[in-house]
Amino acid sequence: MENWSLISLCVLLGLTARWAVSFHSYSGAGKPPMFGDYEAQRHWQEVTYNLPVHEWYFNTTNNDLNYWGLDYPPLTAYHSLVCAYVAKLLNPEWVELYASRGYESHSHKLFMRATVLFTDILIYIPAVLLYCFYFCDGSSKQKVATAFCILLYPGLILIDYGHFQYNSVSLGLALWGILGLGLGWDLFGSLAFTLALNYKQMELYHSLPFFCYLLGKCIKQGLTWRGFFHLFKISMTVLVTFALCWMPFLSDPKQPLQVLHRLFPVGRGLFEDKVANTWCSLNVLIKIKTLLSRETQLFLSFALTLLFVLPSSLKLLSKPTLWQFKLALVNTSLAFFLFSFQVHEKSILLVALPVCLVFNEIPLIATWFLLTSTFSMLPLLLKDGLLLPYVVTSLAFLFLSLYLLSALERSTEEELRLGLYRKLTQRWLPKLNLSRIIKWKFWFSLAAMAALSFTSVWLKPPAKLPDLFPVLVSVLSFLHFLGFIIYFNQVQLMEPQRKKSQKKTN
Amino acid sequence: TVMAAPMTNDQSWFYALALGVSFLKCLLINAYHSTDFEVHRNWLALTHSLPVSQWYYEATSEWTLDYPPLFAWFEYGLSHIACFFDKEMLVVPNLNYASPATVLFQRLSVIVADVVFFYAVKECCKCLREDKGKDLLGKPSFILTGLLLWNFGLLIVDHIHFQYNGFLFGVLLLSIARHCQNRHFEGAFLFSVLLNLKHIYLYIAPAYGIYLLRCFCFTQSNAVLVTLGTIVLSTFAVSFGPFIGQLPQVLSRLFPFKRGLCHAYWAPNIWALYNIADKAFSILGVKFRLLDINKLPKASMTGGLVQEFQHSVLPSVSPLATLVCTLLSILPALFKIWHRPNGARGFLRCLVICALGSFMFGWHVHEKAILMAILPLSLLAVDSRKDAGIFLMLSVTGHYSLFPLLFTTQELPIKIFLMLLFTIFSLASLKTLFRKGGALLNPLEVTYLLGLIPLELICEFVYPLTVWQKTFPFLPLMLTSVYCALGVTYAFIRLYNSLLTCSDTTKKTKMQ
Repeated sequence: MENWSLISLCVLLGLTARWAVSFHSYSGAGKPPMFGDYEAQRHWQEVTYNLPVHEWYFNTTNNDLNYWGLDYPPLTAYHSLVCAYVAKLLNPEWVELYASRGYESHSHKLFMRATVLFTDILIYIPAVLLYCFYFCDGSSKQKVATAFCILLYPGLILIDYGHFQYNSVSLGLALWGILGLGLGWDLFGSLAFTLALNYKQMELYHSLPFFCYLLGKCIKQGLTWRGFFHLFKISMTVLVTFALCWMPFLSDPKQPLQVLHRLFPVGRGLFEDKVANTWCSLNVLIKIKTLLSRETQLFLSFALTLLFVLPSSLKLLSKPTLWQFKLALVNTSLAFFLFSFQVHEKSILLVALPVCLVFNEIPLIATWFLLTSTFSMLPLLLKDGLLLPYVVTSLAFLFLSLYLLSALERSTEEELRLGLYRKLTQRWLPKLNLSRIIKWKFWFSLAAMAALSFTSVWLKPPAKLPDLFPVLVSVLSFLHFLGFIIYFNQVQLMEPQRKKSQKKTN
Repeated sequence: TVMAAPMTNDQSWFYALALGVSFLKCLLINAYHSTDFEVHRNWLALTHSLPVSQWYYEATSEWTLDYPPLFAWFEYGLSHIACFFDKEMLVVPNLNYASPATVLFQRLSVIVADVVFFYAVKECCKCLREDKGKDLLGKPSFILTGLLLWNFGLLIVDHIHFQYNGFLFGVLLLSIARHCQNRHFEGAFLFSVLLNLKHIYLYIAPAYGIYLLRCFCFTQSNAVLVTLGTIVLSTFAVSFGPFIGQLPQVLSRLFPFKRGLCHAYWAPNIWALYNIADKAFSILGVKFRLLDINKLPKASMTGGLVQEFQHSVLPSVSPLATLVCTLLSILPALFKIWHRPNGARGFLRCLVICALGSFMFGWHVHEKAILMAILPLSLLAVDSRKDAGIFLMLSVTGHYSLFPLLFTTQELPIKIFLMLLFTIFSLASLKTLFRKGGALLNPLEVTYLLGLIPLELICEFVYPLTVWQKTFPFLPLMLTSVYCALGVTYAFIRLYNSLLTCSDTTKKTKMQ
C-alpha cells in the first residue's frame, strides 16, 4: 500500500479516537459555581470579545479576575477572541457578558470540541507527521508506525479532548520549533518556539534547551562574525515576535507588568492539589509546606531545579546535535516538573512531548514513561468522569507501541542504552541480565499502575485518609519520574555510540 | 518490504486488527444509540421476567419481539449476565431505561458477541488462495480481514446505531466458510441456525437451497438428502418447538405486512427510483395539465413514520408484486448455478445476487440490508479484479446510503472519518492487490463515486442552512436514496453480467 494511504489511515484513526473521547464529560461539567477549565476557556472568549484589550488582564467591574481571570499569555487571548467571533455567529448567547456564565448545552460543547479539533488538525498533527518523516530512522512503514503511536498518546488526547484544554497548540508550535531547528532553519524554529511561549508560559520549561542548542550551534560556527551574526539574527527574531505578540500591551508600562503578574503568581504556594513532584511527595512525610518559610521554599526549589538542569544543558551546549537536543528537552522539562514552583499535574505533557520524539530510538522506555504520565493524571481524569476513555486509550496505546514498534524485542542492553548501569554493576554483579530486569520492572510497574487504578475506582478510601488514592498515585508516579530523570540524564551524559541500527529498508 | 513488526508469528496481525477494532468499539460506547437500543433492552426484560408462553404476546412496549425464537433465547442468556450490571433494565415497564450501566452492558454484549464474527473471518481467510512471499499489506487474507473486521457499515450499525449484526453475519460467514471447506452439513446447520436467529436471511435461502440440492442431493446418495433434511428440520423443531401452540401469533409478529412499501427513509432500491419517477410524472402531469391536481392522492411519501401511500401516476405496488419481482430477479441466477454450478465461488456469487435482488425489489426493505450483499461480496473481491471493481462501487455507495442512520451532529465527524478510513483502505489495498491489469474503476464510476462528496456537502452542510429546510425537510434523504439507488442498481446489473458470462474456471482454486 502506498505511503499516502497509510498516513491518511493513521491520521483518520487518530482523529476518530480524539473525537470519540470528546463524547465524554469535560472538566467542571455541571458543577456550579466555579465549574472547570471548560468554563474558563468559554469565559475567556466572553471577556476578550466584549472587553477592550487593556481590560483583559485587569480586575475591573466587568472583569472579575477571581472568576477564571486570564492567566495565559496574549496568544491564548487572541485565539479565544477568534473563537468568540465564530461563537457569536453561531449563537450569541455563548459569549454574552455575565449572562453566559456557566452556560452549558450540547451544541456549545460540540462547538468547543470542534475548536480543539480544528487547531489540532492545523498545528499539531502536521508537525508530528513531518517530524516522523524527516527525523525517524527506518523504513517508511516504521515511520508511519511511529507517527501513529505518537498520535495516539493518551495523555494529550484525554486532556485536550476530555478535560478540555488547548495543549495541542502550544505543544504543536514547540514541535514546529524543534522541526525548524532540526532542519537547520533556526529562524523559523525560533519563531515557532517564541509563538509557543507566547501561547502558554509553561513552555519556559523547554526554553533552556532551545537556548543552549542555538548558542551551542553559534559557538560551533566559530567565534567569528558569522557566529555572532547568526546569534544576532535569532535574537532579533525572538524579540520582534515578542513585540508583535505583546504590541497591544506595550502602550502603558503597567500593562506588561500586570500580565506578568497574572502569568507568574508567586503568591501561590509550593504546590496546589496533588501532583507527582518532589514537594508534594515529600509533604507526605514531612510537612514542608508549613515547616519552611516561603523564601526557603523558593530557594530550595530553585537550587534543586538548577542542580538537575545544569549538567544536561552544559552537555547540550558542548554538543549541539538533534539527539542531545531532544534528550535535553526531556531532562530539563522533567527537572522543572519535579522541582519547580507551583507545578500542575498537566505539566507532565510538556515532558511527554520530547519523550514522544525519542519513541523510535528507545521504544520501551518511552512507552513506559508515556503510560506513567497518563497514569499520574488519573485523579484528575476520574474527577472529570473520563475513566472509560482512560482505560481504552491506555490499553490501546500499550498494545500498539509494543506490537508496531516491537518495543519488547528492541530491548537489548545496547538498545536500551544502559551504559552507566552496566559499568556500575560490572564490578559486583557481572552476570546480571539488565535487559531482563528492565522488562520485569516494566511489567511489574504496569501491574502496579493497573491495580492502583482499579482500587481508586472501586474501593472507598478509609474515612481518616480521604485522599489516600490520589496521594498513592502521585507518590508512585513520582518514584517512576525520579527513575526516569536519572535514566534520561544517564543516556544524555554518557552518549554511547549511536549505531545506525535501523537500516533504511524499502 | 517487511512490516515493521518482526513478530513473525503468522497470525499475530489478525489479532492485532481484531484487538484494534475492539478498542475503537469501546471508545464508541458513549455515542448516540437509536431506538434499537430500547428494543433490545425491552427484549432482555421480557425474556427475563416473563414465561416463555408470554414472549410473543407481550405488548407493553411498542417494540414487540419480532425475531425468531433462537434470538429470544440469546437475549434470555444475556439477561442473566445483565443482572450483574443493573437489575432495573430487566423490568419490563421501565421503558426507555438507559442508565450508564445499561448502556455499558448492552454495548459490551455487542462487542463480545463479535467474537463469533472474528472466528468466522479467520475461517474465511483459510479459504483464500495465498501467494507466499508477499508483503503483509498486500496479502489477500490481510485485506479480507481489514475489509470485514473494519467494515464501516457494521461499525456504525452495530456499535453506534446499535444492533447485533456482527454476531449474525459471523454465523453467515462461518456457514459460507464451511461450504468452501466442503463441510456442507455444518454449513447447512449453521444456516438453519441463522434463519432461526433472524428471518431476514430468508432473502438468501434460495441460493442455499438450490446449491445444496444441486450439488449433493441428486449427485450423491439419498442418504445425504435425508441427513440434510433432518439437520434443517430438527433445528427448526428445537427453535420453534416451545412455541408450537402459538405459531400463528409468532408468525404474525415475524412478518408484519401492514407497513408500507418503503421505510420513512427510502432504502436505495428500485422502489426509490419508482417513487421518484411517480413524483416526477405527477408534477409534470399537473404542469402540462394532463392530470387534475385535486384527483391525486394527497399522501406524503416522505413525511412521518411508515405510512401506506398510493402512487399517483404509476400503478401502486402490493406486497405480492414485490415478491414476484424479487423472485423474477433472482431466478436467472438460480437457474445458472443449477445448470452449471461453479463450486463455492459460484454459490457465493449467487448468494450475493439473491441478497441484492431481495434488497432491490423487496417490501419494506431497510437500508441496513445492503450489508447482506456487501459482506459476502468482500470474499469475492479479493479473488478477482472484476469483483473488486463491483465491490468498490457497491460498498462505497451502500455505505454512504447508511449515513442518514446517524443524523446527529455529534456523530457527523465520526461517520465521515470512518467512511474515509474504510474507503481509502479498500481502494488502496485492492489496487495494490490487482496492480497488474489497469484500473479497477472506469472514469464514469469514479465520477459517480466522487459525486458523493458534493452530495454529502449539500445534504448535511448547505441544505440545513437554506429556507427549504422547513418546508421540505426530507428532500436530502430523498436525494441520497435516489443517488445511491443508481449505484446499487448498476452494481446489481454488473454482478449479474459477471455471473452469466463467467465460464467454468479451469484454474485450480482452493474454493472448489
